[in-house]
Amino acid sequence: MPPAAAPIAANPPVVALAGVAKEFANGTLALDRFDLAIRNGEFVSLLGPSGCGKSTALRLIAGLGEPSRGDITWSGTGAGRKRNGLDVGFVFQEPTLMPWATVARNVALPLELEGVTPDAATRRTADALEKVGLAAFRDAYPRELSGGMKMRVSIARALVIDPPLLLMDEPFAALDEITRFKLNNDLLELWRAVGHTVVFVTHSVFESVYLSSRIVVMSPRPGQVFTELAVDAPYPRDESFRTSAEYAGYCRIASEALARAMAQKGASPS
Amino acid sequence: MSAPELPLKRSAIAIEWQRLVLPIATLVLGIAAWDLVVRINEIPPYQLPGPGLVAKTLWTDWPLLWDSLLVTLATTFEGLALALVGGAGLAILFNQSRTIENCFYPYAVVLQVTPVVAIAPLLLIYLPQQAAVLACAWLVAFFPILANTTLGLNSVDRNLVDLFEIYGASRLAVLTRLKLPAALPYMLGGLKIAGGLALIGAVVAEISAGSAGAGSGLAYRIAESSYRLNIPRMFAALILLSITGIVIFFALSLVSYLLLRRWHESAIANE
Repeated sequence: MPPAAAPIAANPPVVALAGVAKEFANGTLALDRFDLAIRNGEFVSLLGPSGCGKSTALRLIAGLGEPSRGDITWSGTGAGRKRNGLDVGFVFQEPTLMPWATVARNVALPLELEGVTPDAATRRTADALEKVGLAAFRDAYPRELSGGMKMRVSIARALVIDPPLLLMDEPFAALDEITRFKLNNDLLELWRAVGHTVVFVTHSVFESVYLSSRIVVMSPRPGQVFTELAVDAPYPRDESFRTSAEYAGYCRIASEALARAMAQKGASPS
Repeated sequence: MSAPELPLKRSAIAIEWQRLVLPIATLVLGIAAWDLVVRINEIPPYQLPGPGLVAKTLWTDWPLLWDSLLVTLATTFEGLALALVGGAGLAILFNQSRTIENCFYPYAVVLQVTPVVAIAPLLLIYLPQQAAVLACAWLVAFFPILANTTLGLNSVDRNLVDLFEIYGASRLAVLTRLKLPAALPYMLGGLKIAGGLALIGAVVAEISAGSAGAGSGLAYRIAESSYRLNIPRMFAALILLSITGIVIFFALSLVSYLLLRRWHESAIANE
């Protein structure tokens, strides 16, 4: 369980990006000279305006696509079919569920692709659904669920293989605020219970402060690390933290950093 | 049940009722008008038979027409089955290899845009008659399945593709667990179009073959009746063909509904 930011700093990095650049085929330079080390047990937010390359960075960390320059090192064993040799869970902005499969079949997908025996897959799927509070919906189809429930299924699917690294790409951006707050709390609880490392992409200052132990503020075009902020408020955090002066203080600091990051590059908020 | 719900429900039932009754009423009126026109103008049966005579012919010629219907149906369904295998198979092949797609897709289009009426006589020269008729049915039916399945295979959610890559899925797993289920609604849409087209292909080929002197399908009966000026039998065979087309369409719609009803928007009733 990660108690605070200080001891985490000594942990070995789960993944490290050094001087990473990503140029797309159309000539867009999404990332340049991007340096970032994610340490074991951290909850890191990548905070920045739309189009600052934070999703690109997350995809590279997931092992999707090659960096045009620079190196990415994963702490994984290098075994298995995966390029990065590291189990990662990925949650997209949309729930990204297979509409033709039941909730249970959706959640079991990573296990089935890894060739886990059906018995073990059934048990672990049930566990994962239990964790996100959807055990009763295992035989429902995605279209029968609300937006928040679909996102929970997506999180259960990411957690089902017990990945050391959980990557989330603006997972709650499309949800209403009530659902979003609820899922923020549930995510923090899961993180504290399981103890994996989380990289969370968001453009919301408030969300990043509420969730993270560290915020990486990015500046756009090309995406770079502008500055980093440690959020030293202790966990568990709950609704009382959301209304505290400390939270407001961190939000102000993060907002100012974000404003400077955008002003530096002359980018407009979008 | 609350008060405002009741009139709403009633109007919904009324609309359902109208959807059933209105087309039938139109049909009855149409047949009555047809009958009147024939009677008032005293049109001879070899020009335009009345609906009564057509119905009577349908009854008296039933053994002959039924056998012919079975022949045409067999051709249609064999053609459709081969079109499903060929169309979906080619679509999967094209999806797996861009090179193969570039080599052959233009010719699939050429086969589709060349009118089957024009190809049928040629096929009848080179193939045994039954094979030629089957080839025609296949020829017109496979393209909608190919085109729609190709579209479906290429319409997979990109995030799901990424997800499969993250979890190290094999090419086969991506195909069977992701691409094929995603393409299924498109393929079934193509199959619905192909069902009607297979019948058209079979009819066109039978008529071409009929003029060559052999054959026993429904379309051959129409051609034969036309030579003998047996116009009532032409109408009877035509009506059977129409009904066959309608039945094929509804049967394929039912298959589509049964396969998709749990998850696809197209098969889900408004709630």
